[in-house]
Amino acid sequence: MPANGAPTKITQGTRTKGGIGESTLRPDGTLKVTGEFAYSSDMWHEDMLWGQILRSTVAHAEIVSIDTSEALALPGVYAVMTYDDLPTDVRNYGLEIQDTPVLAHGKVRHHGEPVAIVAADHPETARRAAAKIKVDYRELPVVTDEASATAPDAILVHENRDDHHAAHVPHPNIVHRQPIVRGDVEAARGRADVIVEGEYTFGMQDQAFLGPESGLAVPEEDGGVHLYIATQWLHSDLRQIAPVLGLPEEKVRMTLAGVGGAFGGREDLSMQIHACLLALRTGKPVKIVYNRFESFFGHVHRHPAKLYYEHGATKDGKLTHMKCRIVLDGGAYASASPAVVGNASSLSVGPYVVDNVDIEAIALYTNNPPCGAMRGFGAVQACFAYEAQMDKLAKRLGLDPVEFRQLNAMEQGTVMPTGQPVDSPAPVAELLRRVKAMPMPPERQWESSEGADVRQLPGGLSNTTHGEGVVRGVGYAVGIKNVGFSEGFDDYSTARVRMEVVGGEPVATVHTAMAEVGQGGVTVHAQIARTELGVTRVTIHPADTQVGSAGSTSASRQTYVTGGAVKNACELVREKVLEIGRRKFGSYHPAWATAELLLEGGKVVTDGGEVLADLADVLGEEAVEVEEEWRHRPTEPFDLRTGQGNGHVQYSFAAHRAVVEVDTELGLVKVIELACAQDVGKALNPLSVVGQIQGGTTQGLGVAVMEEIVVDPKTAKVKNPSFTDYLIPTILDTPTIPVDVLELADEHAPYGLRGIGEAPTLSSTPAVLAAIRDATGLELDRTPVRPEHLTGTA
Amino acid sequence: MRVNFTVNGRPQEADDVWEGESLLYVLRERLGLPGSKNACEQGECGSCTVRLDGVPVCSCLVAAGQAEGRDVVTVEGLADFARQRSCGTGACGGTSLDEARQWQAEGTDSQTGEGSGLSPIQQAFIDAGAVQCGFCTPGLLVAADEMLERNPNPTDADIREALSGNLCRCTGYEKIMDAVRLAAARQSEGV
Repeated sequence: MPANGAPTKITQGTRTKGGIGESTLRPDGTLKVTGEFAYSSDMWHEDMLWGQILRSTVAHAEIVSIDTSEALALPGVYAVMTYDDLPTDVRNYGLEIQDTPVLAHGKVRHHGEPVAIVAADHPETARRAAAKIKVDYRELPVVTDEASATAPDAILVHENRDDHHAAHVPHPNIVHRQPIVRGDVEAARGRADVIVEGEYTFGMQDQAFLGPESGLAVPEEDGGVHLYIATQWLHSDLRQIAPVLGLPEEKVRMTLAGVGGAFGGREDLSMQIHACLLALRTGKPVKIVYNRFESFFGHVHRHPAKLYYEHGATKDGKLTHMKCRIVLDGGAYASASPAVVGNASSLSVGPYVVDNVDIEAIALYTNNPPCGAMRGFGAVQACFAYEAQMDKLAKRLGLDPVEFRQLNAMEQGTVMPTGQPVDSPAPVAELLRRVKAMPMPPERQWESSEGADVRQLPGGLSNTTHGEGVVRGVGYAVGIKNVGFSEGFDDYSTARVRMEVVGGEPVATVHTAMAEVGQGGVTVHAQIARTELGVTRVTIHPADTQVGSAGSTSASRQTYVTGGAVKNACELVREKVLEIGRRKFGSYHPAWATAELLLEGGKVVTDGGEVLADLADVLGEEAVEVEEEWRHRPTEPFDLRTGQGNGHVQYSFAAHRAVVEVDTELGLVKVIELACAQDVGKALNPLSVVGQIQGGTTQGLGVAVMEEIVVDPKTAKVKNPSFTDYLIPTILDTPTIPVDVLELADEHAPYGLRGIGEAPTLSSTPAVLAAIRDATGLELDRTPVRPEHLTGTA
Repeated sequence: MRVNFTVNGRPQEADDVWEGESLLYVLRERLGLPGSKNACEQGECGSCTVRLDGVPVCSCLVAAGQAEGRDVVTVEGLADFARQRSCGTGACGGTSLDEARQWQAEGTDSQTGEGSGLSPIQQAFIDAGAVQCGFCTPGLLVAADEMLERNPNPTDADIREALSGNLCRCTGYEKIMDAVRLAAARQSEGV
């Protein structure tokens, strides 16, 4: 077997139908189009109760008293629980820092914090009961930005911090700080012919997965509980849930229910512990389903950010240095903030060669909604800012923005600001070339034989223009995202693969705890098994905690890491199958001992193509099963003072060209086309790869022109928690997205693949912004752009 | 209260319905038909789209009582509905099972639920890669099927307009466009 982190090479042919590289179709596709696929909100159990959470109506307050008597008296109510009813001393949870109360303890720190939970026999009864709980709040001042949070007399969001970041942060309201210094910025500054500064604002984006937070907790006879849940990482949930319930982990069984999208929003716990607590309290199954309003309070969001950048360049267009400060608002609880800081700082320079840098990224504790993981994870905010800087520099130097980027593009061998060399292909200039070479959409594309088709114009069916005042703009951007968990995290995955004969045919079963959230991991795992084991039939076992951890479905890592684990387990199964074959048939043919043997098309064949045996005959009644952990090569933490360290596993690159049309009179934007070129290393499933790129691109479009959670700076209360007021792109807002896929193998990764899910979300946003700037001539230093920013009425 | 209505061609009776319950709730929680989805419950996302007497509606915004005596088609009944429609226009003539078999996906495995005859739009969604997490899919299928019934040869702008009430967060809509175009093309070729 390969050592941990060792490159795995293709040892199998790809002649088995449905293997890697083919656009095989989703194994869950039929169930999903017939309505039979069981999502977490579809779970049903006889005699089940409905859980409801009461959330704080204010952002920051002491809880003077909670009176649950009226709620308990309501017919149909089975339980009401507050902090005082928690069964153990473990009353907080958190991904890295356990600072989040299961239920508020004497204080709430953000709008919508869980205060009490109810179980009743009808969801409306549960809602009404929750509304009858009387909570007396004594409001406290709120801190909402860097100035208020880090003032010397600022009220502390968390007193008496003892987490491992507390010692090195300059203020207790700073979760984590990561500086990165390299080279000599002051000397380089002296060589710069132009210096460009910018201050950028990135709004708070919501994952807005369509399947609301939900699940069903079923009490079990042994005193434990079985949770059917939509999550991104079963074992991370388990590690946080069990101690709060006072149960050993083996008594908390978890099965992945159907997940309606995730995008980072399911990395943190939502209703998991609440449902388990109510189930154990009442002895009945308890289902909790958030509605959309509650969902906006029920998960963390993308960190809003302020970004301060300075770049210098020589007059022939070479970057001399970069200074930046990135201030991320982490909100009331830490969630993934420390890791987001690590990403934002280490990727703040973008996919460019800059030898002299002075970087600082921090995440704040404030009374705003908690922020954590979302697709792109810290790299998104930075990309928006550095790409705006690139356009400013190109303009100042009188250079073409694409050529300027290409002149400074990193490549294989470039050393990152962290001192880490990029040791696999980094085709940044090539991606820009490709995206620029794509044909442009026709001018005045709204014209038809019957006049203007208003559906193709800014304002759409509002019929606000037939082309008058409409100006086209084109913009480019490119980004860099890390793949996998970084900074020394033990980022392993586990796969159990079984091979046996069923109905005369060899069948492989792949069992992992990987959360399929829509990305298509189940599709590629089956493809890998077909390629490695030469079978047609592969069964994907439901994901649960009866097998080892698969790690998180995030950081673009599952095809790499759990895919790597499946490949590795298949290779071990293959060796065992061949051993059986040698034992049974070795004496019949010398090739069993001498040739390189492969499993293909249900047979054992030599590398020369000679068939030695049917797998069905080799296996007979025997089943071969292997469960094994697999790791990518290790990473290191970043030095807390200098930011140096080989912190990342792999990088992923995408470039976009946006074409927009802007009604300059009304400030309305229509994105006409968003072309993307991305290097994917190896497309295990080309159809899914393109689907990921188009989906990620569209989320980037959303935060460019419409998506923002608006928080009142005076009260820290969320103003738009609904799909009426928080807009995500519809099919009318989304343009055609032509995709050019490049496949340059990373020799360190299974099959040479590259994690792909996040990179397209990075460059999409700045490309759209650049195009709007091109159309309007405005500076536009914040995203999302609203009509008032384009009409001068903001 | 008691509500009597027809769902996917079968008479249904729901008892003890609270007056505030939506059609969506009754379908999902009382009739065991959770295919219609509950993504926003405020009529913005379209994932609960069903046909009510033929008209696509957000079932979250229809009070259960309003469905009394009426005819509802959900995603669970879409394949039968499409089959009956094609028979009704003389297009099937007893070959519907064979037709359904032609739609079988390639490279699938034992978990696909193979053998269930899908409607053309359902098969096109699978074939075109229009399904990722799939939560928006049931509503989109009902809406797209209704559009193709009205407009068998839609332009891209027609498709976008017809599906503009259905949010999808995974796909960026490109493969949904592909799926609808594919279903329209197959329909016009009489496949």
